[in-house]
Amino acid sequence: MIASLAARHSWFEATARARLAGLLDPGSFSEILPPAESNPSPHLALLDLPGAFDDGVVVCYGQLGKRPIFAIAQEGQFMGGAVGEIHGAKIVGMLRRAAQEKPAAVLFLIDSGGVRLHEANAGLIAISEIMRAVLDARAAGVPVIALVGGSCGAFGGMGIVAKLCSAIVISEEGRLALSGPEVIETVAGVEEFDSKDRALVWRVTGGKHRYLMGDCAMLVEDDIAAFRSGATEFLAGWSEPVPSVAHLRAGQQTLENRLAAYASYRDGLQVWAALGVAEPESVPLLDRDALVALKEGLPT
Amino acid sequence: MNASLPRNWDTLRQSRGRRLERAASLGFGKEIPVDRIIDLLEAVIQPGDRVCLEGNNQKQADFLSESLADCSPERINHLSMVQSVLALPSHVDLFERGLANRLDFSFSGPQGARLAKLVQEQRIEIGAIHTYLELFGRYFMDLTPNVALIAAQAADAEGNLYLGPNTEDTPAIVEATAFKGGIVIAQVNERLDKLPRVDVPADWVDFTVLAPKPNYIEPLFTRDPAQITEVQVLMAMMAIKGIYAEYGVTRLNHGIGFDTAAIELLLPTYAADLGLKGKICTHWALNPHPTLIPAIESGFVESVHCFGSEVGMDAYISARSDVFFTGADGSMRSNRAFSQTAGLYACDMFIGSTLQMDMAGNSSTATLGRITGFGGAPNMGSDPHGRRHASPAWLKAGREAYGANAIRGRKLVVQMVETFREHMAPVFVEELDAWKLQKSMGAELPPIMIYGDDVSHIVTEEGIANLLLCRSPEEREQAIRGVAGFTPVGMARDKAMVENLRDRGIVRRPEDLGIDPRLATRDLLAARSVKDLVRWSGGLYAPPSRFRNW
Amino acid sequence: METLDFRFDSKPVPRAADPALCGVVGSGNLEILVKSGIEPEACRVRIKTSARGFGETWRAVLDSFATSHPAGGTVIAINDMGATPAVVTLRLAQALAEYQGGGL
Repeated sequence: MIASLAARHSWFEATARARLAGLLDPGSFSEILPPAESNPSPHLALLDLPGAFDDGVVVCYGQLGKRPIFAIAQEGQFMGGAVGEIHGAKIVGMLRRAAQEKPAAVLFLIDSGGVRLHEANAGLIAISEIMRAVLDARAAGVPVIALVGGSCGAFGGMGIVAKLCSAIVISEEGRLALSGPEVIETVAGVEEFDSKDRALVWRVTGGKHRYLMGDCAMLVEDDIAAFRSGATEFLAGWSEPVPSVAHLRAGQQTLENRLAAYASYRDGLQVWAALGVAEPESVPLLDRDALVALKEGLPT
Repeated sequence: MNASLPRNWDTLRQSRGRRLERAASLGFGKEIPVDRIIDLLEAVIQPGDRVCLEGNNQKQADFLSESLADCSPERINHLSMVQSVLALPSHVDLFERGLANRLDFSFSGPQGARLAKLVQEQRIEIGAIHTYLELFGRYFMDLTPNVALIAAQAADAEGNLYLGPNTEDTPAIVEATAFKGGIVIAQVNERLDKLPRVDVPADWVDFTVLAPKPNYIEPLFTRDPAQITEVQVLMAMMAIKGIYAEYGVTRLNHGIGFDTAAIELLLPTYAADLGLKGKICTHWALNPHPTLIPAIESGFVESVHCFGSEVGMDAYISARSDVFFTGADGSMRSNRAFSQTAGLYACDMFIGSTLQMDMAGNSSTATLGRITGFGGAPNMGSDPHGRRHASPAWLKAGREAYGANAIRGRKLVVQMVETFREHMAPVFVEELDAWKLQKSMGAELPPIMIYGDDVSHIVTEEGIANLLLCRSPEEREQAIRGVAGFTPVGMARDKAMVENLRDRGIVRRPEDLGIDPRLATRDLLAARSVKDLVRWSGGLYAPPSRFRNW
Repeated sequence: METLDFRFDSKPVPRAADPALCGVVGSGNLEILVKSGIEPEACRVRIKTSARGFGETWRAVLDSFATSHPAGGTVIAINDMGATPAVVTLRLAQALAEYQGGGL
């Protein structure tokens, strides 16, 4: 048995509750609206679908390295982590409370394809409220850290939410984008994007690509302990910046530059070559440490 | 005695000569230009010929198959096809377009529904559905091909062939055809000046054609560890502790399902903790399953002989030549006929899964409206009465089946199933769909994959039934019902009789084996993702794109 | 969706972690919430399941569970997305163990 494999507890595979159990300081998990006190979605019941007691999201108080934090964890196995009305209200409530109580951070364990289409407008409104609440919490000086490494990634509205957070910690297995691969293929055809070519999907949306592009602050192993130490390390060196128009303008300029440089490319391989990676085809097989070293050696 | 004309004793050779002359008269040498392949086929194939179209789990002579289907049915018709697998659309096109009308085969897989329709419309006559060894055997008896259309990795200018890791059925087909006056045509992926090794000598090969694209290979034996369930882990624990360990099974074959993949992934963890390394699972007749990598790397496995190869495994296999059969060039040599023989005669155990099982233990993967066949499972999943050499596992099973004074041993044939499949379809049934299928197809026998009297053990999430120890048909039936869980046939068990069987160790529950089902978690798997398998292989395993999440 | 209600006699079970939750409402899976009830010698179960028409199978699975484990004094709520009896049996054992303090 390879010892490093035996010790690994995959974030990708774990349930939302198992991720929280390994992420927070032992014994510090204190759930708000636990399953026995909350109600499954009434919208799903109307559509004759079974709901989940927690509506697919766990919100809690806890500690990380003895500092008080709030945590929000989406359950990707329940309806693809999609955001419904109750699910969204739990997240928004937690973020608003953070703006008032000012914990050291909110850890947002995103694992979601976006809006729960079954709940239509209620889901759409919920997503927009989450976006506002993330920005309000940050404006109150509370960092909101997105942790992305679940099977559903962060897509649709939750992809936007992830980018509104103070920073994103991602694993190689994690994915981040707006439209999901299947959506693109359905709308634009297989020639535009082959969603069954999973290696391509990861070269375009996966954690390594997002990290190389500078969309994510940290790349960690697919391991609950690695997410814990990554989040801890990130928070130790972070203070939430005061929002400014100049900062927004700079961000906008970065995105425009990116569009100008890469809009015609079809594959992450081309982008990496343009970034100065000498052997782009080797990137998918590099381990986490080698990739981080590669990025640090790239021309800026 | 009547006077008679002197008989010609070389009609096959003469026929072969005429075919080759027709090809020569059209200007064909040994290397056929790709755009003239149809002219060649129409020159050397005659109406009524028996044609073998190579194709099996891995490689397919797909270009030759499509080309044959595009030939004129005016020129070529009434062909009798003999082939291991009916897998490609073009295989069925041959019948729909009127080129062929008779079929002998082993497995039809994805074309099963189209095949069933043709049979019902009486547009195809099925000789028989064989096991692989039966079909190969008949190539040398009464089904010898006039023409064989085969697939190879590379040819040189003389026509020597290199088969690469996917040797599969080629040697059996070529040997039967080339030495009985037949014509051998090979599609190749590349032409080389110097082959890495010669697998088929040039004088057994009449024509080669460079296919427009490499023959298609399906990653059939790759099971993503991420999809293995806790219930499968539980069943794997029971199988290892209750069968592998108790009989000391060292030589074996595994099916290709997730159930047996779970066993492979528990060898370096659960089985190692039970102290079984070196005592079980040392020698295998098995395709190179990626899920076997952790067991190999942990030193469990001494040898693996393969039917064919698997996509992405070539570099790993080359680097583990102590374990796999490899040529001097470093690449693997597989051979379905030999590996099936090993599976039949040299293995102490076969373990696999099925879709349905009846109360006599007969099992089948045939479902209504599809004719699928069973490939190699019936050979490996049967107790060969011709076996003579002894081994501890074989002798122990023999004593259980035939008593302390048994004069022969017994192969372990294990069926491992969850009591319900997806959509709550029960695996255990009073009557197999195979019987209805037999009626609707007008077949002489129901398509049974493994006969009940060959089955020694059944493993389900509810327990293990040891059929060797049953002493009457009633006991067998109740032993099967006793592990059939909450299926209707399981609930119809005679509870008192099942408890009696349990007291006698014929039915055993997880707790009887000292297994707590709550310990059956995915954490026990040596690899929980395809990426873990890559890590175990030291980066040598290169999984196909569809299995990646990186 | 179908809602099923059952009541089974069962020996009382000691409680340590009340309520206890096990499993996720995902394809082929289910979540089970075990809470304390008012009848010490009975186990009440309410199931919401996406698969219709399996009431008798549920009854058999739960009856076997309540007979083979002490589960009296509990109220069990289940949200199911087509789990097989094998998965249900495993989750019930896990949930009850959790309810008794989580020790294996």
